[in-house]
Amino acid sequence: MSLWEFANPVKFMALSGKVLPWVIGLAALTLVPGLIWGFFFTPEATNFGNSVKIIYIHVPSAMMAINIWVMMLVTSLIWIVRRHHVSVRAAKAAALIGVTMTVIALITGAIWGEPMWGTYWAWDPRLTSFLILFLFYLGYMALWAAIENPDTAADLTSVLCIVGSVFALLSRYAVNFWNQGLHQGASLSLDKEEHVADVYYQPLLLCIAGFVLLFVALVLIRTRTELRLVRLHRLEIRERMKDA
Amino acid sequence: MIALLVRDMRLAMRAGGGFGLGLAFFLIVSTLVPFGVGPEAAILSRIAPGILWVGALLACLLSLDRIFQLDFEDGSLDLLATAPIPMEGTVAIKALAHWLVTGLPLTLAAPGFGALMNLQSPGHYWIFITLLIGTPALSMIGAFGAALTVGLKRGGLLLSLLVLPLYIPTLIFGAEAATRGTAGLSALTPLLMMAGITAGSIALLPFAAAAALRINLR
Repeated sequence: MSLWEFANPVKFMALSGKVLPWVIGLAALTLVPGLIWGFFFTPEATNFGNSVKIIYIHVPSAMMAINIWVMMLVTSLIWIVRRHHVSVRAAKAAALIGVTMTVIALITGAIWGEPMWGTYWAWDPRLTSFLILFLFYLGYMALWAAIENPDTAADLTSVLCIVGSVFALLSRYAVNFWNQGLHQGASLSLDKEEHVADVYYQPLLLCIAGFVLLFVALVLIRTRTELRLVRLHRLEIRERMKDA
Repeated sequence: MIALLVRDMRLAMRAGGGFGLGLAFFLIVSTLVPFGVGPEAAILSRIAPGILWVGALLACLLSLDRIFQLDFEDGSLDLLATAPIPMEGTVAIKALAHWLVTGLPLTLAAPGFGALMNLQSPGHYWIFITLLIGTPALSMIGAFGAALTVGLKRGGLLLSLLVLPLYIPTLIFGAEAATRGTAGLSALTPLLMMAGITAGSIALLPFAAAAALRINLR
């Protein structure tokens, strides 16, 4: 019994169908109390006021945005090496969630940045990296949408994902270098995680767990949809062949 | 391989397009920017290296879809795929041909266009050096993007969307090196980083591009 057996779409569908309700339930059980705890039962921070509470959405979504790209990289590699359909469909399914998380992180960051830094946007290395990550997600999804043949699309997007990862990483360091070069040590990039007191840290951890579970639930739902779409496509082709 | 290089360059120059068009586009960008920002010499000379870099990058982007598209349509790409040269070699040669007809002329013209933007004296030298080292990476990355989108009917816009994010690191280091050099600071670090990106792209991207071409020719 190996993990690869679940690369079989039928087995994957059976297992994910069973697991999905549990994951959704767990996501609700962590995310709802986490957010309520964070929003209503933590004190206001001395320098931040109430705006500190946006952390419970901003930090988890930002973490997910990066980790989802890593997951896409791994699943794309699996597709190229072992050609398991579940894998590449999961990558496609994750992309939309990833881009949503990136947008959420950028928007909540802007909302938080306005009262704290006095600006919605600054060319701070982190902000810039996220904007670039957003562009990479867009390109990846646009390539999926543009190619008709599903297998060709899977191959090409996987190649793009691998090459893109290298360049995304390069951009990350280039951006760091670029901004320090201009403004020497951005005063804006306060390292949020290190300075967080326990009162905020515990609900934050719960929210992060909730976001991970939410992502797993969403990616399972979308992967199942994608697999059904592939199956539908194959069935249509078979019907047409029968008529001809 | 040399025959392929000569053929590609001849096609690019005679078909009207690539060669002159990229340069003309670059000139227009260099003309438009002062209209947009205003004619103050101080501002212009400060942003000149960056604008020249962005202009060269966009001019390079214009002719990317020609790298494989025409050969794909008339079937010569299939012949090249079955030719004794490996696909990786074909990609590298085509990227080289693209660089010779767009990147190199842009590099040679950039110091001259710098005059339009009041580029100060060491700046000419720096913009030339950075573009000379950086534009091969632009051609190679572009060839990869072109290989990804070669099978598509209207791949042009998608090509820009795919390629421009990949250009970001090259642009950052290139423009940074040019700006620092023009300001009289040490530009060695960004210059070396950019050279590293160029060398890495030339070494590795032909394989990725060839893989994408094989998928598209399947």
